[in-house]
Formats: sequence, C-alpha cells, structure tokens
Amino acid sequence: MICVSCFVTTIDSWHSSDAGFTGSFRTRKGSGVMKVLLSWLKEFAPIEGEPDLIGEQLSELGLAVEDMTRTGEHLEGIVVAKVLGLRPHPDADRIQIVEVDSGDGQSLQICCGAFNMSPGDFVPLATIGTIMPNGMEISRRKLRGEWSNGMLCSGAEIDLGDDHDGILILGNESEQGTSLADSLGIESDVLYDLEVNPNRPDAMSVAGVARDLAAYQKIPFSIPAPKVSEKGKDISEILKTEIVSPDLCGRFVARVIDGISIQDSPQWLKNRITSLGMRPVNNIVDISNYVMLELGQPSHTFDLACVTNSEFRVRWAADGEEIVTLDGVARNLTAQDGVVTDGSDSPIGIAGVMGGVSTEISEDTSTVALEMAWWDPSAIAKTSRRLGLRSEASARFERGTDPEVIETAMLRFCELLGPEALMSPGIIDEKGDLPAREKIKVRIPRVNSILGTDLNQNDILQILDRIGFETESADEDIDVMVPSFRPDTSLEIDVIEEIARIYGYERITKTVPKSKTFGSLTAKQNDRRLIRTTMMGLGLDEAMPVPFLAPGELENAGLKSDGIKVANPLVAEESVMRSSLRPGLLKTLAYNESHRLTGLRLFELGHIYRQPEKPQPLPDEREQLVSVLAGNEAGEIVKIWSALADALAFDEYELITDSPPGFHATRTSRIEIQGKTVGFLGEIDPSVLSLFEVSERVACLEVDIDDLLSIPHGHRSYAPFSRYPSSDIDLAFEVDEGISSNEVKRCLQEQAGVLLVDIYLFDIFRGEPVSEGRRSLAFKLRLQAEDRTLTDAEVAKVHGECIESVEKKFSAKLRS
Amino acid sequence: MNQDYDLHLEEAKGKIEESSDLEALKKVEVELLGKQSLTAQAKGSLGELEPEERRELGLVLNETRTKLEEMLEARKNKLDSEIRGEQLENERLDLTEFDQGHRLGHRHVVTQTWERLEDLFIGMGYTVSEGPEIEDEWHNFGALNFPLGHPARDMYDTLYVEYGDPMSTLLRTHTSPVQIRVMEEEDPPIYSIMPGRVFRSDTADSTHMPVFHQIEALVVDKGITFGDLAGTIETFTSAYFGKDFESRLRPSYFPFTEPSAEFDIRHSGGKWLELGGCGMVHPEVLKAGGLDPEEWQGFAFGFGLDRLALMRHEIDDLRELFRNDYRFLAQF
Repeated sequence: MICVSCFVTTIDSWHSSDAGFTGSFRTRKGSGVMKVLLSWLKEFAPIEGEPDLIGEQLSELGLAVEDMTRTGEHLEGIVVAKVLGLRPHPDADRIQIVEVDSGDGQSLQICCGAFNMSPGDFVPLATIGTIMPNGMEISRRKLRGEWSNGMLCSGAEIDLGDDHDGILILGNESEQGTSLADSLGIESDVLYDLEVNPNRPDAMSVAGVARDLAAYQKIPFSIPAPKVSEKGKDISEILKTEIVSPDLCGRFVARVIDGISIQDSPQWLKNRITSLGMRPVNNIVDISNYVMLELGQPSHTFDLACVTNSEFRVRWAADGEEIVTLDGVARNLTAQDGVVTDGSDSPIGIAGVMGGVSTEISEDTSTVALEMAWWDPSAIAKTSRRLGLRSEASARFERGTDPEVIETAMLRFCELLGPEALMSPGIIDEKGDLPAREKIKVRIPRVNSILGTDLNQNDILQILDRIGFETESADEDIDVMVPSFRPDTSLEIDVIEEIARIYGYERITKTVPKSKTFGSLTAKQNDRRLIRTTMMGLGLDEAMPVPFLAPGELENAGLKSDGIKVANPLVAEESVMRSSLRPGLLKTLAYNESHRLTGLRLFELGHIYRQPEKPQPLPDEREQLVSVLAGNEAGEIVKIWSALADALAFDEYELITDSPPGFHATRTSRIEIQGKTVGFLGEIDPSVLSLFEVSERVACLEVDIDDLLSIPHGHRSYAPFSRYPSSDIDLAFEVDEGISSNEVKRCLQEQAGVLLVDIYLFDIFRGEPVSEGRRSLAFKLRLQAEDRTLTDAEVAKVHGECIESVEKKFSAKLRS
Repeated sequence: MNQDYDLHLEEAKGKIEESSDLEALKKVEVELLGKQSLTAQAKGSLGELEPEERRELGLVLNETRTKLEEMLEARKNKLDSEIRGEQLENERLDLTEFDQGHRLGHRHVVTQTWERLEDLFIGMGYTVSEGPEIEDEWHNFGALNFPLGHPARDMYDTLYVEYGDPMSTLLRTHTSPVQIRVMEEEDPPIYSIMPGRVFRSDTADSTHMPVFHQIEALVVDKGITFGDLAGTIETFTSAYFGKDFESRLRPSYFPFTEPSAEFDIRHSGGKWLELGGCGMVHPEVLKAGGLDPEEWQGFAFGFGLDRLALMRHEIDDLRELFRNDYRFLAQF
C-alpha cells in the first residue's frame, strides 16, 4: 500500500493549540496548500455560482478555503494613457505637469510627483472616481493652483510590483484608452487558497479540484484533449530508456521535442502561474509548472544534446555517488536516493527532486527530452527531506501522483509550447512496479449503517460515478474500481467516506445515541476534585508549571539525577522530565519573587515520571500533590495536611521526624498511614532555596497521590457518643526539646485509656521559668464514660496516673 | 387620703427619675416597696380600719403599688438599655479592618474548563478515562493506524524520551492513545471522554506550547452512525457554548477515523470557528483495540481544551496559562 500521507510533516491529530484562534488563520500542519483560479477551474467544467457560494461548496467537499481573493478588480478605472508632453509646475519643484491622452485624442492635464516618463511613454492612469487599492478615491483637484484630472500610478500603487519610485512604464505595444487589465491580460478572477488533506493527492491540481466541484454541482467534467502535431524521426530511433530499479520508478515516460526556443512565456501564462504562487522564469520552466499545477504531474526537461548516448537509466544511487544539481550544489547521494543517469551511467538528475546541471536547458538548447514519471512516494519523501529540497513537485510525488495522467500531461506540455515546437512521433513508456488497482467490494447496508443514511444502490452508483470511481453492481453490493488518481482509497471504509463526502455531511440527519453507561467520575477522580476543593478552601492557588526541567534542576532540588530525558528536546530547558513537582513550584516561586510577588500559597496536582524500580514497559508515572507556602514555617503546612486528611477521611496517620533529601533536615516529617509512607511535610532545605533563588522560607507538603488513595479511606461509620457529663483535666509538662509532643500525647492516651474521649495540645511555652533546652506542653484531656457519670475519685485516679506516667517516661516535670 | 398617695407617687417619681444607676434604683425600690415603705406600712395597718374604709384604702394602696412598680420597671429598663448601649459602644469594631486578603484559592483555568467539560459529558452519560502521558509508540501511533514510516513518527513533531529502545517511548502527542487503552480494558458499550495533557515539539508562542491539553470523546456501541456523531457534537455545542450555537462537520483526514471531519461552531448567523476533529472510529483502530469492526461501530472527537479556557476568559496568549504569574492565577 502506498503511504498517502508522506507529505505530512506532522501528526494528523485532533486540533490542539494550533488552530488560528488569535485571528491569524494558520494552515494546519500536515496539509498541503493548493491555490486555484476560478477561471482555470471553468476550463474543466461549467462551474456555476457566486464566488462565495463556490467557496462554501469547496469547504463542504473537504477542501477548506483558507482565503479567497478577487483579482483584477482593483484595476477597475485604470486605463492606459500616452504621455504627450511634460512641463514644470510654476509653483512647485517636486511636481510636474504631465499632458496625457487617455484615449479620446484630447490632452488631459495631470499633476505628478514622479519624473521617470518621457513623451511617447504609455503609463497607467487612475481616472476620476477610481477607488485605489488603498481605499483612496481619485477626484479632480487642484495642486498648488494647477488642476489634476486623475493620477498616474506606480507599480506598487496598483499591486503590480514593488516599485514605488517611478510611474509604471508600459510596453510600446500598448494602446491609449484600453483598460490596464485588458492591456496586461489580467482577468477579473477569484483565487481560492485551499487546504488539501493528505488523503487527497488528486486535489493538488486545478483539474482535480474542478472534478470535485463538478461532482458537487452535478455538472459534466472533462480534461480537454490537447492538440499537438508530431513530426520527425520516431522517438525509438532517438532515445533509449531502462528502468533498472522497478521499485523506485513505477512508470517512466519520455518524449523528444525539437525546435525549442527559450523565451519569455506569454503574459496570460505568467499571470496564471504567478497567481498560484510560482515565479515565471522562461517558457520551458513555466510550462512545466503550469502543467503540474493544472494536472498534478511534475516533469523534467533535459537538453538532449548533453545526455550521453541519448540514453536514460533509472536506478537507486550508490552510496557516495555525487551530482551537481541545478542550483550548482554538489550533493552526495545514498542508496536511498533515486537517480536518472545517462548512457554512461552518471547521474544527471535526482529522481523527483531536482535535475542535474550537466543537462540543464540553456539558451542554445534546441532539442529537449521531456520526462514524466511516477516515483515511489516514500523514496521521494526521504530524499527531499534529507537534502532539504522540498518543492511543489516533490510534494506531489510524496503524496502519490496519477500514473495515468502522464500521456495527457505530455501532450499538454507540447501544446503550450506552441506550433513551432515539433514533437517526435512515438513515446517512450517504461513500466516499473506500480501499485495495483484493486477492486473494492462495498456493501450497501454497511454504507447506511456507518453513515446513518438510507441510500440505495442507485444513489451510491451515481455518487461514485461523479467522482470517477468505476462501479459495477454485484447483487446487493457494489464492486468499485478506484481511479488511478485516488491512491489513498483501498478499503471499503475509504469508499464510504467518499460517498459521505459527495452526498454531503450536512445532509446526514443528526441523531444522539443514548448512552448505555452511567455517567460518573471514578473514586479517584472524585478524590482529585476533593483535594483541589480543599486546597482552594485553604487559600491555595493552583499552579500549572510545564513538566519539563533543565539539566541540573532535579539535583538542585536535592533529588536524584536519574530523571527521564527527552531524546530530542527543542531547548535544553525542556530536556528532562520532572520526577517531582517540587522543582517546578520552586521555579514558580522564584519567578514570582522576581516580580515582587511574595508570600504565595500554591499547590499543584500533576504527573511525575520516574525510572521504575523493576523493568517495565513504561516509566513509573505517578500522580503527586505538592503545596508550597512561601514565607511560612513548617507548622503552617501541617495544618494544610491535617485539613486534607480530614477531607479525604484519613483519621489515622502519623508524622514521624525524617530528613528526606531536599527538605529542611530538622523541620521535616514523613507521613505514614497504616505503616505506609505517603509523603513528606516540612520546610524546603535552605540550600535548595538559595539554588532556586527563593529568599523566603518555604513550607512544603509532598504527597504521592497514588499511594495515598490506594489506602482505604473516605468512609466514616457512625460512632455513638456518651450522654453522661464529661470532666476535663489540664496537664502542663516540662519536657526536653528532643521529645515530640506526639510521644507525650500518645503516652497520655494510653494511660487515660477508654475514658479519654478527646485530647489536644493547647499551649506550648518556652523560656523562664522553664529551663533551657526544655519547653512546656499543655494538654487538655476530656474524660467521659459511656454508661455513667464519672466520680471525682475516678477522674483523680486518671489524673494521677497520667502525671506519673509522663514524668517517668520522659523525665518530664508537671508544672503547676 | 387619696391625695396623700398622689403626693407619694409624685415624690416617688422624682426619686426614681433621679436614680442614675441600677444600684441607686435598687435602693429607691426598697424605700418605695420594701417593708418600711409607706404603702407596706399602710397595708400592715389596714386591719385596724372599718371594713368599708379598709376596702377603699386597700384599693388605693394596690393601685399605688402597681404604679410604683411600673415606674421602677420603666426606669430599670431605661437604665439597662443605657448600659447595654454603652457596652456595645465600647465594643465597636471596624469590620473593613478584617477584610484584608482572606480568600479562597483558585483552581487553574485549565482545571476549571476540564471539570466543566467533565460535568457536561457526565450529564450525557459518559465516564472519564485516563492514560499515561509517557506512552509507547504502539498506543500513540501504531494502533491508531498511522502507517509505518509515517512522518509523524519521525522526530519533527514528536518528543521522544530516552527509555527502552530508541523511539519506542514518547510524550503522547494526543489523547487518542487513551481510546486504545479504554478498548483494551473495557468491554463495549463505551461512552467515555478522555481529557489529558499532551506534548508536541513546538516552540512556545502565543498560540503554541510544547505542552497543552486536549479532550477526546469515544463512543463504541452497536450501530453507532456518523449521524450520531454529528448529533452528539451538536448537543455538546449547545450545552457548552449555549443554545444559540450550532455546529457543522466538514470532510477532513485523520488516520484513526473514517469518515473524518473537522467540526466548526458558530453563534447562529456568525462566523464559523474551527474547533476540533472527529470521525467514525477506523476499522483498523477497532481491531487494534481488540474489537470486531463488523460487530462494533463507534465515533470519536477531540479538541483543544486550553483554547476553550482562553476563549472563556478572553486571554490572548497561551503561554500565560503555564507561566504561573500569581497575578494570573489569582484572577479566576
């Protein structure tokens, strides 16, 4: 199968960021651009309708109109005038008075700021009432006391070139009074810029676009037969050709044309190819381009006198083989490039990409060998890309040209050369491996089932016939023979798409399927929303840094340097994938600090990518939550965590002093739930902060969301509570700094046992009279029994035991 | 006799009015109504009177005491309210002092758009599916019918990572690989959306980022048609953009759908705006997902999510979404 999409330089994917939403409409990568003139389209079919409507029809056919311009209209009101005489303006140095004849034999006075014309010259005159392309309306007016009855125009003023300096001087064959458009052969026309999808190689030609439009409008389409006469020796006596590598070249056709004279192309032909974006060079080059634009078939011409032995051979190049191409550059070839060689087997052209300088057409050329071929699309794609030689021709070869249009294109080439050109009778036509044209079975019920239509066999036959697909009804089905210009079509579904396209997408009735699933979020997706809502409630803003880092940034954050690397980064700053959200958020803090935005409270919930511990097909990609509080100490982040744990209904967790890399060595804990570490909280290591150029303290929470959410949570059963009165005990202990408040609390919990219904740390105090290296921790305990009112004796017993236990265990001292 | 009590009331009124606080009033109350008071004394000696006189005086006394009580009560209320007023005045607060920067955080605009779209499709009966951001070549390209040697697989637009064999692992270029993962993991019928982060080898400018977000919808069921696709897009369009918005499909090309289309939207009568791509799931893609294309049919559509966020908030530069300037983040 042919790769029909080889011209594509990008992924044909859903739209992303690249549709033109900022106003400048940009061609989507992967598609080709084809310009067509309405007048040219009409040479193949009697196309009807207003230009806007035709534009709509092209879009509905899948040939999106990127731009539509009316050409020639801007020359309305501009006529050819003959300069009769010149005289200075009596009151102005920079203006002269020009007398012209605008066709009525009378002398007309014009004031003009240019001085490059002489009596007898023909010049463009914008007559009174003309609207110039820049919107200015020409009126009769006085310049320093002298009347000016119009304006003489420079090329730039009427969009006919870049020359601002002088008035455009027209050729001597001009005639005063004719419209400038007629004089220059510029027709009022409509130019469409079309975006052509990779599966439409046929639409990379004017005729191909016309074929589609004719199918839409249900009007006849035909490519007129060129009129050419043949003379001289039969080609078989002149030229020999051999396809050495049939996998490179599917078809190689050549003809010999004598009596060539290299000259400028006629104006109309120049105008047309200029409109379609090609620069006129000489008749041979221009006609080659004209035929390519019209029929989609590129060609190459050789000066036959320079082709050794008048022989062509087509083969893969040898590694290291060299050729000097038409642009004068010596190029090294590889075995993946195709070449055309001469009888001595020396390359004289790179297949489908560029000819060689040795056989280039010159002023002295009189006999030309014209070559048209079908090249393997992927070969042309590789070579043109490798050599950086992308052209209109290579673009067409890459998509797949029509091998059967070649004869017509050859004749059209000769016809355009004019009657002086003499074509030798006969044709060289060598065949290599051409993709086979297969018969595709199309099932009518399948068509309707896919499209949601109710088309019958006859409807479908008519649609396919209109776009040149040969059909044959086979019982309930249709056998389709795909035309040579549609190499993209090889499956039943391809044909169904064509049926839909020509039937009209907009004619298909819109229905909505009733979903058979319950619409819902998964538990994890719900938790993610809960996490974000909680963070919002705590006053944290969500940040979204890019997941790329520069080399060294992981290390700067104190993390392992084994981040997954991008193999082909555009810039070094985007060459490492993050293994933690921390570096990105620290960079965000630094960026904001550099804009004098401090004290930020941010969070991010996103993917991180790590080298897996054991080999696995893809990296260890997990989801992480990081929040950073700039200008805050560790205590503040603990509140964030405890609120989050509460929101997700994790009622049991432990904060255990720890010093993971990148965190502050003495102000950090790991978070454990059911013995499993799910994250860390504390402050960022000051040395990390200085590397990231963050000057505030930063409190930070980092949670592995996959680990966290894999632990059962979110469900709380009703816990009955006592109806009897409760009693409170306040206990303040003096303990060493090394003992965590949690340890003391746990000791109290154990000691108070089942009677304890609530305990919290309500005061921490350092300084006199508490001795150095110690602090006072004050707890409030609430005691309550389920089945009775506690007696004073019971409360006193717990009170005493608690004191004794804490004092003993932690060398603590009760403060009174 | 009555006159005596009238006089007494008159005197009492003066004393009550003169009491400037509750303490003084209390003293006056004792004096006027206590055991030693005129009325109490008189009441105590009622027994000494003739029944007729007793009855008469008794009435007068009761009436007088009632009046005294009323006057005391009124004065007490007045003093109470004066005290409360004073107390409230002392507690006066300027609440604007407290209105300084206590605020909720903000979800990122991309998240807001993401969740809005999720909610909309959940309402239409869809689930939300996810896949990895670092993908293998098969899910990102092969299974999606990108032919071997397709230029998309080369280094022009795809960011590959150094993992496994060269060019085997990449940053997913679209959310479409999740289609394959859903088909692999779940049995049809499938009605699911796949929002996610995607990557392209693009230089950042006002409309391009190497990182951006897409959302994709996949439906696989029996007898799903192109008409279903068009109708679903129409429903989505009016649900998300508004009832007066309409959609249209134009032929296009994607390797993983056929027939393929672009979809445009517009405010009725306005200019068409290209929004995304869509099509019927290609038979080869169904096969790659382990489904028989003769049994199951489906459609898919996708579009850029960031762009919707930009449109909603009139943001003119895509890069702003990822710059994380606090002045941006705190706006929405």
